[in-house]
This record gives sequence, C-alpha cells and structure tokens, in this order.
Amino acid sequence: MNVWKHKDLISLSGLSAEELWFLLEAAKAFKGLRGDRVNSVPTLQGKALVNFFVEPSTRTRISFELAALRLGANVINVSATMSSLQKGETLKDTALSLEALHADIIVLRHGSAGAAQLLAKYLRSSVINAGDGAHEHPTQGLLDGFTIWEKHGRLEDLRVAIVGDILFSRVARSNIHLLVKLGAKVTLVGPSTLVPREFEAMGVRITHRMEDILETTDVLNLLRIQYERQCREYFPSVKEYISLFGLTKQRAARLKSSCLVMHPGPVKRGIEVDSEVADGAKSVILEQVANGLAVRTAVLYACGGGSAEYRGKKSEDP
Amino acid sequence: MAWLSERLFSTPAVGDRQSIVEKSLKILNGHVIDPANGVDRVCPVYVKDGRIVSHEPNEAERIDANGLVVAPGLIDIHVHLREPGQSHKETIASGTRAAAAGGFTSVVCMPNTFPSVDNPSIVSWIQERARRTASVNVFCAGAITKGLMGQELAPIGSMAETGIVAITDDGFCVQNHGLMRRAIEYARMFGLPILDHCQDNSLVLGGVINEGEWSVRLGMQGWPSVGEELVVERDILLSELCRHPIHCQHISSAGSVRRIREAQKRKIPISGEVCPHHIFFTDERVAGFDTCFKTNPPIRSEKDIAAILEGISDGTLNILCSDHAPHASFEKEVEFDQAPFGITGLETEFSAFCDLLVHRKRIISLKRLIALYTLYPARLLHLDRGTLSPGAFADITLIDPNLEWTFHKQESLSMSHNTPFDNMTFCGRVVRTLVGGHTVWMLEDNETS
Ligand SMILES: [Zn+2]
Ligand SMILES: [Zn+2]
Repeated sequence: MNVWKHKDLISLSGLSAEELWFLLEAAKAFKGLRGDRVNSVPTLQGKALVNFFVEPSTRTRISFELAALRLGANVINVSATMSSLQKGETLKDTALSLEALHADIIVLRHGSAGAAQLLAKYLRSSVINAGDGAHEHPTQGLLDGFTIWEKHGRLEDLRVAIVGDILFSRVARSNIHLLVKLGAKVTLVGPSTLVPREFEAMGVRITHRMEDILETTDVLNLLRIQYERQCREYFPSVKEYISLFGLTKQRAARLKSSCLVMHPGPVKRGIEVDSEVADGAKSVILEQVANGLAVRTAVLYACGGGSAEYRGKKSEDP
Repeated sequence: MAWLSERLFSTPAVGDRQSIVEKSLKILNGHVIDPANGVDRVCPVYVKDGRIVSHEPNEAERIDANGLVVAPGLIDIHVHLREPGQSHKETIASGTRAAAAGGFTSVVCMPNTFPSVDNPSIVSWIQERARRTASVNVFCAGAITKGLMGQELAPIGSMAETGIVAITDDGFCVQNHGLMRRAIEYARMFGLPILDHCQDNSLVLGGVINEGEWSVRLGMQGWPSVGEELVVERDILLSELCRHPIHCQHISSAGSVRRIREAQKRKIPISGEVCPHHIFFTDERVAGFDTCFKTNPPIRSEKDIAAILEGISDGTLNILCSDHAPHASFEKEVEFDQAPFGITGLETEFSAFCDLLVHRKRIISLKRLIALYTLYPARLLHLDRGTLSPGAFADITLIDPNLEWTFHKQESLSMSHNTPFDNMTFCGRVVRTLVGGHTVWMLEDNETS
C-alpha cells in the first residue's frame, strides 16, 4: 500500500497512472472476494462513515453504504434536509460538526464544483467526492474504467466514445482523466453547445456526428442528458437530440460486435438509448452497477485504511 | 454651470481636523514627481494651512524625503467601502485606513451599498460619515438607476448637487441600451462621467470563472470575454452618439483593449481602467477552488494579460484601481460558485503595479505610473486633486520605489482579508501618506505598533 498516500479522493485529474492502477487492481481483488470472505478485511472496523448527500442520489449512496459495511464501518446517512445547511449553516460548519462527532470518512455529494476539496481543506477526516457539480465523480470514472478493463482486458489504445451532455457532466470529466492517463483514445460526441472545443486541451478528440465513431469505437459510454442542469437552451428538442445522438437500434447495428455500451444510469429509455439496446448483448449497464461496489470498496480501503489518528497527527504538525 | 464650480470647490469629505492647529511643512530632498505640472526633479515641497505653497513657510516641520519620491496623493476611483449596510465587511473608517496605508489620499466609493447610493440623502450620509471617520478623502459615485435595478433613472441631478463625482451601477450593468443612452445624455447636463461595469447578462448569466479551458476542466459556468466586449462596444457607440465620456471599469479582456484603442483613435471619449488581479493571475489559479480568485469580471488568460499590458504601455488604459471589494471570511469560505465576487486590494495595488509594470516588465516609468494614479483619474472625474500645484490641497504620497516588502493579510488594516496577494513580495512601497498636510499613515508607525 505504498502507492496510495492520499487521505482523500477528490478528483481523478490529479492522480498518477500508478495510483489509478492501484485503485483498479484493488477493486479487482475486492470483486474476487465472495461476500462472506469480505468480512475478513475489516479495514474500517470501528470507524464511522458519513454519507453526506446534499444532492440526492440513492444509487450512489447505497453503493457507498454497502462498500463501507463490507469493510466493517458504521454508516450514518445525512441529507441536506437533515443537516443544518437548509437553515443557512455553511458547508464548512456542517462538516466541522460532523467531524466533531468523530466521522472518519465523509462521502460528499454536492451541487457545487470544488465542494469536496473545500471540505478536505478543513477536515482531518477522509473526504470522498461522490460528485461535485459538473466537476468530477471519481468513483464513477473508476468503475467505468474498471468495467472497460475487465471486459476488454486492457485500456491502452482502446477507442472510447463518450456521448451526450459533456459540458455539464462530472462523469465525463472523471472518465476522460482516467482513460487518457491510462492510454485509451477518447472521442467526445455531442452537440457543439454541449461539447465545446476547449475539451481538446484534455487530450481528447471531438466530433458532432455519431456516424463518425460507430464502426470504430470499442466502447460507447452514453451520458444522461441532464435537463436539470440546463437552464438555457443547448439543443432544440429531445426529438432532435435523439435523431442526432440517440443510440437507436439502427445505429447500434453498426457497432463492432465487441463494442461495449455503457451508461452511468439511471437510463432514460428511448432518449439516450433505445430500450432494446440498453438490454442488449453489448450492454454492460448492470455490470457497471456491480463494479461500482467493488470500486468503492477499494477507494474506502485505500483512503480509510491507514490509521486515521496517525494521519490526523500528521496534518496537525506545524 | 454654477453647480459644477460648487462641486469642484466644495470641501471634500475627509476626517474632521478643524480643531487641529494647522502645521506648516517642508518636505526636503525628495525626488518630486508631479505629472500634472511636468515636474520630475529633486526639489522641496512646502505646505501651509493644508495647501501646497510655493514659498518656504516659517516655523515648518521638516520632513526629510531623501531617497524618496514625493508624489501627489494617489487616487483610487474604484473602491467598495461597504457602508452603509455591510459594516461587517468594511467601514468607511477601516477602508480609508487601508487606503491610507496603500498610499491613497482620495478614493471614489461605489454605490452598491445597502441602501444603495441612488439619492442625495445617502450621498450626504456617506459624506457626513466620512467627515467624521475617514482617514482620506471620500468621493461618492452615484447610481445610474434606482436601486441599481436597471429600470428607472436615479435622481442624478439632485445627487450631482450633493457632490457625486460620477455615476455607475457597477456590478449591475444597465442592460437596457435605450435607458443607458438616456442616462448618458442626462448625466452630460451635469458634466458627470459614466463609469460602466461592462457585462452583458444574457452572455454571462451564472458565469463564475473565465470561459475557456479552465471553466471546461473544472465544470463551472463560464463568463466569456465577449460578455464584456459586447458592452464595451455598446459604450463606445453611445459615447460617440452622446459625445460624453464613458469609462469602462476593470478591463479584463484583450478584445476590450483593442476596441477601446480603436475608438480612441476616432476621438471617442472612452477610457478604461485596470485592476492588478487581472494582470497578475490567470484563470488556471481557480483550479484550487480558492474563492480569493473569484472576481467579476473574472481573471482571464495569458493572452488577455499581454493585451492589457500593451494597453497600459501605449496609453489606451490610463487609470489603475483596485476594485477593493471586501467580504467577510465566512462569506468567502464557501463553495466557489456560491461565494461572492471580489477581492481586497487597497494596500497592495500600488506596490503590485510598481513591481510588475515599472521594475519587472519595465513597461512604464515610475512617473507614468504616478500619472495613472493622479493626473488621469483627477482629470476624468474633474477632481481638484492629483497635483502638487501651489494652491492645491496638500495631499501627498511619499514612495520608496525600491523598497522590497512582503504583504501579509493578517497585518491588513481592512476588516476583510479576501486577497490573493497574501505573502507576495513586491518592489516599491508607499512609506507615508499625507492628506491636507496631515500624515494619515506612516510605515514606521505601522511597523512598530
Ligand atoms: Zn464591477
Ligand atoms: Zn467594483
């Protein structure tokens, strides 16, 4: 466990290839353990994990909760409505009070980019970013990367297309950081309003035509169209979006037989992807969910594994 | 134009010193730089009864300015003092103490207070408050529209009578071009220049960081340069139409500089100002989500910085300011997108510009730097300040242009510490500030206290 030296997991952008591989390998190990044997890895025995979800997400929260339980931690779920955030308390104050209650790990889902980093700056507890605005969603990036690695046996030189609302997608950003760093060739696909050319600086290619990538891509990762983030007009209508970027049956038929169809969920059937394609042979959507558990177990193991007291002392030293 | 001369010769709003016996001063051996009079040589400066005089007064206190530059008191025309209404961030007393420590003898305060400066009674309130508590001269900018709402004209004429020196809705740029045109035409009647925070809301809405690679990387809503440039261009058109000066505040983008330069070539009375943060930092600094880099307009790219520097060097941009915008730490220690815009800057701006423009980049001379802080702001706002002419108010700033020092925000005299310049080392510092012949700040005082 020499590779991993972080108390927090805030983003994938700052991690080295070595660190990313460490987490993926750890996830593989945890996936290999049967349910009953996992309890023989009680890394977080006696520790408290707080699932602090300011923005609701049942799936991600449960995934973290299960992962924590497997490692022997106690889990407390806190939502924005339960916390004092609604009464005007700042995020910093709320977090400090959670730490005062001896939370060892705080998993934060928040609507603002940088919220997890803000917490990590003030807290001695480990902070795991479970999605901060449109910035990053590192465990989703890891589980997508893990799924691709597991299915294709490698990431190097694989062609991965990420389709949809890239601009507002934290999933896309975390995916890009991981895939580019681990050698995959990433193409972003979507309307020009949601895939601005500035993304090229992150080492990806961009196209605004699905037809450009269908025959060649090894992975098609379809993002959710996030209507709630789009306060303005980014495309004329859902109908037009489907006609240009939806993974219809016709388009799916042109994919390589080995191509994986991925989606971070929840899937809006008939919009990003036709129902039959979502349930089809190329789809690995349900495996992504299962892999989420393995990846999150690995992340909690890595960040919470060492002695929290020791890390606390370290950061207190003048 | 009776109102105008009244305004020009009215007593400024500055701390009450009537009770103090007026002392005479002899400032000797200093290198006097007075751009308004073309003075740039070692010579004495004499003060009697709070004014500059040409003949040596009897029984004067002697100030040895050997090795120092003696300049007219510096002027910052873009400052937020937060009173009335937000005295937890700053007060007229604390803000002007910080101004004095930064070498300023006059500041122009922006109207976005609570209530806002959109009527004569608030102007009078600030003037009265300044008379009792301020360390330096406080001039008021009045609002263009009632409540800075961009809907109806504020009583600009009545505020002019009370002594405002400009009108602006800073931070709340008037979006309705027709209304803006009428405001300019109307203000022209009173000789009041317009200060405009150039921001097209439809292009900028929700923007918290420069639109570009970093807004995309960090997943934050972008504030594109065109959101500024569109309104700079609007102001150029309206300035030409109304034949009246419009001054674009805190220019941040290359396109704005180019547009202002081209308009000035056509003799349109448009001008622009620069804040230090727009040439010291790029948007990459936002990557740490430090809200001390959240400003409006946002800090931008290397390309923009290069263009602004060129604009300063060729005279397109001839006013420097801080946009001193104090916020309490609890307000800034929040999620980046939820934090208020703005940083403090009164105590660092002169040193920052001196360090970058005069010493490091050698873009302008110290004399020119002083002109950007005295001659041009005084000329734009018709202030009877910014000169060492005999008869002028004895507002004087003593500068050690080669003094190296490090700024620590804990030592700031401002009530707020939201500055990105913490722990930065600059070459050049103001060592003494005099308003009306009285020392309002001195380096030694500060360091030994
Ligand atoms: Zn402004
Ligand atoms: Zn301002």
